[in-house]
Amino acid sequence: MSSIGPLPPVGTDAGLGPGGEDPRSALSRVDPTGSPVESTSIELKEVEGLSLGRVVLRRFRHHRAAMISLVVLFVVVILSFSSIGLHVFGLNTAGWWRWTFDEVPSIVNGGQPTLTIVPFEIGSHPFGQDSVGHDMFAMVMRGIQQSLMIVFVTGIVSTFIGAVLGAVAGYFGGLTDSLLMRLTDMVIIVPLLLLAAIVGNAVNGPSVILASVLGLLVWTTLARLVRGEVLALREREFVDAARVAGASSARIMFRHILPNTVGVIVVSATLTMSATILLETAISYLGFGVHAPDVSLGLLISNYQTAFTTRPWLFWWPGIFIVIIALTINFIGDGLRDAFDPRQRRGLKRSARLDKKKAELAAAAQAGS
Amino acid sequence: MLSFIARRFLASLAVLLVASYLVYILAASTGDPLSDLRQSSLPNKTTLIQQRIELLNLDLPPYLRYFVWAGGVLGAFIGKFNLGDTVDGQHVTELLGSAAGTTLQLVTGALLIGIVIGVTLGIVTALRQYSAFDYTVTFISFLFFSLPIFWIAVMLKQFGAIGFNNFLADPRVSTPAVIVLSLLSGVVWMGIVGGSGRRRLTTFLVAAVAAATVLIFITLTGWLNNPTLGPVVTTGLSAGVAVVVTVLSTGWENKRSRYTALTVAGLGLVLYYPLHLLFDQFSIINTFTVLATVIVITALGGLVGWLWGGLDRWQSVRTGAITGVVVALILLLDRFLASWNIYFSQVANGRPIGTIGASTPDLVGSFWVTGIDTFTHLLLPTVALILASLAGYSRYARASLLEVMNQDYIRTARAKGLTERTVVMRHAFRNALIPITTVIALDFGALISGAIVTENVFAWSGMGALFNQALHKVDLNPIMGFFLVTAIAAISFNFLADVIYSALDPRIRVSA
Repeated sequence: MSSIGPLPPVGTDAGLGPGGEDPRSALSRVDPTGSPVESTSIELKEVEGLSLGRVVLRRFRHHRAAMISLVVLFVVVILSFSSIGLHVFGLNTAGWWRWTFDEVPSIVNGGQPTLTIVPFEIGSHPFGQDSVGHDMFAMVMRGIQQSLMIVFVTGIVSTFIGAVLGAVAGYFGGLTDSLLMRLTDMVIIVPLLLLAAIVGNAVNGPSVILASVLGLLVWTTLARLVRGEVLALREREFVDAARVAGASSARIMFRHILPNTVGVIVVSATLTMSATILLETAISYLGFGVHAPDVSLGLLISNYQTAFTTRPWLFWWPGIFIVIIALTINFIGDGLRDAFDPRQRRGLKRSARLDKKKAELAAAAQAGS
Repeated sequence: MLSFIARRFLASLAVLLVASYLVYILAASTGDPLSDLRQSSLPNKTTLIQQRIELLNLDLPPYLRYFVWAGGVLGAFIGKFNLGDTVDGQHVTELLGSAAGTTLQLVTGALLIGIVIGVTLGIVTALRQYSAFDYTVTFISFLFFSLPIFWIAVMLKQFGAIGFNNFLADPRVSTPAVIVLSLLSGVVWMGIVGGSGRRRLTTFLVAAVAAATVLIFITLTGWLNNPTLGPVVTTGLSAGVAVVVTVLSTGWENKRSRYTALTVAGLGLVLYYPLHLLFDQFSIINTFTVLATVIVITALGGLVGWLWGGLDRWQSVRTGAITGVVVALILLLDRFLASWNIYFSQVANGRPIGTIGASTPDLVGSFWVTGIDTFTHLLLPTVALILASLAGYSRYARASLLEVMNQDYIRTARAKGLTERTVVMRHAFRNALIPITTVIALDFGALISGAIVTENVFAWSGMGALFNQALHKVDLNPIMGFFLVTAIAAISFNFLADVIYSALDPRIRVSA
């Protein structure tokens, strides 16, 4: 099989010819000239005989920035959770770091950071202390935990709601679609800060609640994207085939159609997460997010912004970690988008360009001789 | 189309109604609007509480009180529009008016400049796809995209305001700084222009030498202490603009366009002294007359184009008009700079870049001095907003242009033998703008809600600050007023985006 045409829908048994082969590949093989079109076969050679998942994984692994980001993010996660341990739902484990984020040790050397690169030394307070004596390293680690938790909870909640509502609206159409889309319009115009304020003032609960509430508000983009995809997909043959085979609406939606929108969902979820981390910091900054005595990265910056001239490290460290987390998630999202986009043939383009250059050089050499 | 609009309007009205009820109930549940009085130790506490209860109808439960508020809104139909009062007894309608004005002043400029720079960056990076320049810009825009805006803002306050004001006290660029900046300029321009090795080298040298010359000139003459353009630099800049506009809009080969643009640049020199005389008539100079001057010069530019004519007369008119706008703006800049000294020494006391509020309090001065004052106060928040929004526009424009450049009609245009400029500017760029237009329309709708965080850092009292303060005080009427304005703006611009899209792209039909 030299060319397989467009990628076959994943997770569908219907619509495939004998041997699981996409019938459309047979069409593209029957070419007026009798041979497969040269460019198509070159473009598709790298994905020949691979499932969508493997193709995506392979492309993603070749995205250098995304892979580096993945490693960096992983290191940050390990660092924050191992250093001060886990503190959720009354579960407390100790970490290897000597202070916790709510301890108040005595101030050493005016609270200056003890971290030095040459000679490498961590010291007792690598990121310094605030004017009370809180250890900045422990607080930043706690802040990272809070921010990451909020990002993931919001990501999961919003992705779930967005994907389900988008799929239902796109699949059923008509009145359901109109009602759900008007609901989306409504959620878009409700000010986000208002709900954050309710969580902050009225509920005053743990940040998990704040994260879930954020998730209840930021699903709208995903719902619209999924709806658009589903609108196109439900007209495809494999949906008809599944319906003829007697599948229920729910089964068609969740087993046949949604797996095909996984690219859109994954990419949008990542971008939502990277937006959420900034959202959380902004809300905490305005005083509606995570509350003292707990800390988040945004709250740390907000608390210490007036200390910028006297104790700049209180301002720098949380900011640097916000940037690292947001940047890595953004690059991972970018890598995923490139990986899921079948039109992206970046590596190939570069090698094709090299070939062209070689050919030109050869031609020039010939002309010169 | 008509039925689409009607149906959409009714649906939006229903959405607005339900959402406003929801928001009212939610806002009422954030806390107790009387808490500040309850905790106070004033002797007339009970009277004050009673007064506020009467003022805001707090004796009604929220689900009924909503209808009092809604009645005030519906009063618009009988000429008694009323959005209620704040907890301090101020009228929300007046508050909203001034807040919206401040916000528009803050956000409009940032949005427009952000769009222009972002789209330009996106186009350039798309044309130089996968080059070192592309990767660098992509990385930097991702970096700014990942920075919390209050972090940027606090930094800008530190380095942009305090640092730059200190620098202005003794504006000398040190030799290492000159070398680094010149090399940087060379590298950036090399990346933008691209091409063969030799062309890159030439670009690098020209850009580096030009940057070094400007920096050394500024240092030696102390230009920053006494910034003026004068007729010579003004004309030089105008001529440069004429060349760039011609090259981009019709191509340098188009003789008539070339003559038009250069004539308009010359016109700027002719008008230089008469305009200065006009601009010094402080009694008649205000925003409208200045705006009228710009429009007149633009029209003159168009007229010059019409007179030069050519095969395609409207092309020349367009070139002339675009050049005219920019030349007029350069002339204005020159006049503003002439007042810089007065502002610098008498108003700002040597520290011109402001960090607090929208203007110097109680400033009385000519149009030019107050203009500079507004500018110096706008500068930092605008830069913060631009940096935060740049990534979105540049990534979007880049993706959009790349998409278009892969279309068949671009190949056709190239096959016809059109120049690369025509292919990019006329066939690709215009089509790439269609999806960007919708994003811009949506952003304009979101713009009125203000930049809550930026307003907070720079102490502007715009819509965001109004909402933020009202939320902290559980002050329902301003919250609802804010919601009403932002929701209507969001809904109507959303609708506008759909209409624009269908107007620009005939393949899209609005019938749903």
